Amino acid sequence: MARTDENAGDAAGAFTGAARLVGDDVNTDYIISSRRKRVTIDADALREFLFEDYDKNLGASIQPGEILVAGRNFGCGSAMEVAVTVVRAAGVPCVLAKSFARAYYRNAINNGLMPVICDTSTIDEGDRLEITMLDDGLNVINLTKDSPVETASFSPIIMDILNAGGITSYLRTHGDFPEAI
Amino acid sequence: MTKTNGGPATMAEKILSKHCGRPCYAGESVVCRVDAAMATDGSAPMAIDYFRAMGGEKLADPKALVFALDHYAPPDNPATVALQDRIRTFSAEQGNILYDIGAGIGHQLMIERGHVRPGDLVVGADSHAVAYGAANAFAVGVGSSDLAAVMLTGKLWFRVPESIRIELTGKLPASLDAKDIALEINRTLDPQDASYRVLEFTGEGAVLLTFEERMLLSNMSTDAGAKAGIFDADAVTTTYLKNQDGLRHAITADEGAVYAKHLSIDLNTLTPRLARPPVGGQAAEIVELGQDVDTPVDMVYLGTCTGGRQSDLESALRVLRAGGGKHPRVQLVVTPASDKVYAGLAADGMLEEFIKMGALMMTPGCGSCCGTCGAIPGDEKVVISAANRNFTGRMGNPKARVFLASPAACAAAAVTGKITDPRTIM
Ligand code: SF4
Repeated sequence: MARTDENAGDAAGAFTGAARLVGDDVNTDYIISSRRKRVTIDADALREFLFEDYDKNLGASIQPGEILVAGRNFGCGSAMEVAVTVVRAAGVPCVLAKSFARAYYRNAINNGLMPVICDTSTIDEGDRLEITMLDDGLNVINLTKDSPVETASFSPIIMDILNAGGITSYLRTHGDFPEAI
Repeated sequence: MTKTNGGPATMAEKILSKHCGRPCYAGESVVCRVDAAMATDGSAPMAIDYFRAMGGEKLADPKALVFALDHYAPPDNPATVALQDRIRTFSAEQGNILYDIGAGIGHQLMIERGHVRPGDLVVGADSHAVAYGAANAFAVGVGSSDLAAVMLTGKLWFRVPESIRIELTGKLPASLDAKDIALEINRTLDPQDASYRVLEFTGEGAVLLTFEERMLLSNMSTDAGAKAGIFDADAVTTTYLKNQDGLRHAITADEGAVYAKHLSIDLNTLTPRLARPPVGGQAAEIVELGQDVDTPVDMVYLGTCTGGRQSDLESALRVLRAGGGKHPRVQLVVTPASDKVYAGLAADGMLEEFIKMGALMMTPGCGSCCGTCGAIPGDEKVVISAANRNFTGRMGNPKARVFLASPAACAAAAVTGKITDPRTIM
């Protein structure tokens, strides 16, 4: 479902969460099987099927506030939005990955799920990560390893959409995109 | 990469420049006007929700919005019927273009029914919208929320991508298929390299391709990890699109445009390719088909927005005829990409041939491709499919093993009941 400003609070301030690891090339069908979508597109109802064809135990054990940490090309495959909203419905505020598939990256921003590009190879399962929102991106610290994680910055339009809590509230507020961004 | 205004530009940069009203180059973010948008029954219901949540009351341009009921055609449960009914109600109220169940796959209809013109910027709420790149359009897959933004404003923001120039040299041997080229590109190109970038196809080999072959390459550019896959427009394009005016709007890359990478594929020496079922969450490995010959096959799938057009089904049928029909143990499932393709099969007598061979003919649409309707393979069963992707669980059963190959190679497996080089039958 479209997420609106009830999530806007997530996009500001600092928070910590445990790292939950997945590998390279995790496609959208692994995140949520497209066959599930024919019964419902409600993310809360799809939540129980998160990662069912990839790693059932992982999907079932993810707790709200935990942070997904992926390898490269996270969210490849289809452009289906439920692959983002279902992660959001599990209470995951952000995904760290070496790289994202393009459609997934955009869908994440549009739904207020922060997609963070960084070198995730130093992060282990269960590491505690501290995340702070800056003006042009995020500051990530691996508290367990006591080391900062260098992240790619966001362009101004991406920051604006994330700060609004997603594209829905962004466009409800502004009505249109500005001519120059 | 920073470039100076007015410098030479790629096709992608030029099409986006045309739509944002100023010269723009890779790395910039721009807001563009969008010429056409498409959503399927898989993505439209959420797009409608987002549109309403954004405060949307009227579409920015109803004639530029196409909904296609293709993923669940026909639906197999009341919940899907209800989702489709929401789409029908919305379209009746807003006056946008709706293709109902049976018309075919949205991507095929966008081209076949003339919704895409050379030089256009088109988005589709489905990753294979990139297929329209064959028509010299910048066409890209988006999610439902981006589509809703286009429904509301007629515009969308883009990050101008870098391009990779793919030069096709030589001529594709008659026994091979554009699918073999696409799999070879996907084998060669690191998805990390292709990510966020556009493939621009060029070279004598590209010029010699039919429009449907170009559509296949553009279609599978997303499976290579790319943002889009664009061809030049020529007489082949305008004839297929029945758009004689098309070349006036066509976009070509400038001499001296800067590319992130160059890749050259020699078509003369290409051999049949095969994508293996992925193992343990890895990406599918692509090999020479010869490496896996004699693997027993239970189901053969001809169809999808990649392999369900008239020329694909013709090429499969040629192999089936030469081999004397299908093996009795094999289930042969055929899903034409559109009602026009279906009617073409009937008119040419091909439909009768398929039926006499014992093929299961399915409603035009996505069919078994994503496991939402149509025939589903059983546990441990082996499928060879003309589709574009074979993620675990893709055809509705995570315990089935799905290989991908050209329609001819799929047909060869249908003949012998095992993976077979189609050149040994023809
Ligand atoms: S045929 Fe398959 S790949 Fe093509 S749009 Fe339908 S589900 Fe997607």
